[in-house]
Amino acid sequence: MLLFIEQVLNGLQLGFMLFLLSAGLTLVFGVMNLINLAHGSFYMVGAYVAATVMQATGSFLLALLVGLIMAGLCGLLVEVIVLRHLYKRDHLDQVLATFGLILFFNEGTRMIWGRQPLFMQVPELFSGSVEILPGIPYPVYRLLIIVTGLLVATGLYLLINHTRLGMRIRAGASNRSMIAALGVNIRWLYSLVFALGALLAGFAGVMAAPLFAVESGMGESILILTFVVIVIGGIGSVKGALLGALLVGLVDTLGRAFLPDLLQWMSASDNANSIAASLSSMGIYLLMAAILAFKPRGLFPAG
Amino acid sequence: MIFTMNRKFIFLLIALIVLMALPFVAEAIGESYVISSMTRVLIFAMAAVSLDLIVGYGAMVSFGHAAFVGLGAYVAAILSFHVNEAIPVFNFPFSYDGSNNLLLILLVAMLVAALVAAVTGLISLRTHGIHFIMITLAFAQMLYYLFISLDTYGGEDGLLMQGRNQLPVIDTSDDRSFYFLCLFILAVYIVLALRLVNSQFGRVIQGCKLNEKRMQALGFNTYWYRLTAYIIAATGAAVAGVLLANKTEYVDPGLFSWHLSGELLVMVILGGLGSIYGAVIGAIVYLLLEQILSAYTEHWMFYLGPILIFVVIFARNGLYGLLQKRLNGHA
Repeated sequence: MLLFIEQVLNGLQLGFMLFLLSAGLTLVFGVMNLINLAHGSFYMVGAYVAATVMQATGSFLLALLVGLIMAGLCGLLVEVIVLRHLYKRDHLDQVLATFGLILFFNEGTRMIWGRQPLFMQVPELFSGSVEILPGIPYPVYRLLIIVTGLLVATGLYLLINHTRLGMRIRAGASNRSMIAALGVNIRWLYSLVFALGALLAGFAGVMAAPLFAVESGMGESILILTFVVIVIGGIGSVKGALLGALLVGLVDTLGRAFLPDLLQWMSASDNANSIAASLSSMGIYLLMAAILAFKPRGLFPAG
Repeated sequence: MIFTMNRKFIFLLIALIVLMALPFVAEAIGESYVISSMTRVLIFAMAAVSLDLIVGYGAMVSFGHAAFVGLGAYVAAILSFHVNEAIPVFNFPFSYDGSNNLLLILLVAMLVAALVAAVTGLISLRTHGIHFIMITLAFAQMLYYLFISLDTYGGEDGLLMQGRNQLPVIDTSDDRSFYFLCLFILAVYIVLALRLVNSQFGRVIQGCKLNEKRMQALGFNTYWYRLTAYIIAATGAAVAGVLLANKTEYVDPGLFSWHLSGELLVMVILGGLGSIYGAVIGAIVYLLLEQILSAYTEHWMFYLGPILIFVVIFARNGLYGLLQKRLNGHA
């Protein structure tokens, strides 16, 4: 039981991390109708920059700040230089161009930081663990991720539903030419949404840096999960992204934690372990295939 | 019209002659590794053509096409593994010892791929657009993890083949013969693909791309047409997979990875969607760019990325689109 609660928390933590990534991706898709494979690159930029600043100065706050700014800036530049020209194009053109961006960013980080992965210390303030329930110590840093994820989710909800900017974003998602005709500078709006998405991805990267090895290509493995999330949740829906992210986080974590024991318990064959390992890696894809088979547009289709 | 046909015909003839002469030239100048890397290009060209059949003509953007390449490759490796280890592949309902016969292996690979495509296609084709992209990716990822878990066949480390599968008359272990074998199979496949695309079946598939509802109104059951196209494309990829396994004499679960699926898509888009020759050109150009750039710099991807972006922004219908303008004589 104790183990179960701990794993649920781990699942939530992965879920909120995925949410930070998928919120931006789903907004970009919903508002600009753009498939961005390079979204994981902003996550990577955030992680690299934060790890470097942390090593140099030892201040997590500074690392977070610089990491966010750099990721947002990268997003803005990418939007202005490349992606702006592709909004009206076929999705496949966008796939090709953003695939090119992935190659560029991955190799670029290798050129700057080398092939060895970087490691980042958990900031001292959050390095201990607390007893959330009697007998269950849990790392503070992972709790911090859950809390910030919740805060970001609330912030995004307020931004999108209760501000003028959010109103324009929603309007842009439902009818592009109408909002342009009403005198809103749609170019500026798009750049802003894209930079916001990149910023959130960078934020996820900074938060992930102390937990994982910071290496070139780290964006892609999580990008695939992010796509799974937004497809499950329904493309363009931030609410869907949140629920999809938590669902994927929980299914993945709990599957990996408990499936091996479960299979072992059911049959004592030698293969049980490797089968369980592959089944639990497959878990989220099975989930996605099942959801799409019954709800081809995801759980919360937008618009 | 006749004039433009001629231009295209001459261009094809030159391409064929160059490809035929290449191994001899390479050997003459003592750069026989060129044969090996061109064999790889031909195999990928075939995989790209098969992907183009569904992406370019049917608007079914599969992000899991590498799965079928992987299946083909694993069929080749596994069947010959069982012959070499003298363990039957299965004992029930009858005992089967595996095989090293390339023809049989091609057949089995196509069957396996068709079966998997039929099952996954039944579910995937219920979705459209980006959802189709993601669900095909999901199935490919499932196979990727499945093959990682197969410890008998090397798991994550993959499986080394003891020599290539064999054919009567042709010595497949000779690199030049193998090159010509791949060239022959690619040529046959291109002819078949062109016939398919221009057949009634191909027209229906292309009609679905333009307006599926209208095709349905015309009385076609588009779901089954699209499923059939999906299965046909999968068998083509499986043949490419068998050849790829034979070329490198090694298979690993990386063949199923989304990275390879992505690269295949890039080849198709780079060459120009919805043209068989475009897919071939895309594969050749992508792999050659990769090889040429990597000869100059270790950081070749840093330059390849912007080149791809450049092509997207400035060559709207891919490289074949650019070429076609010249071949057709109007700018």
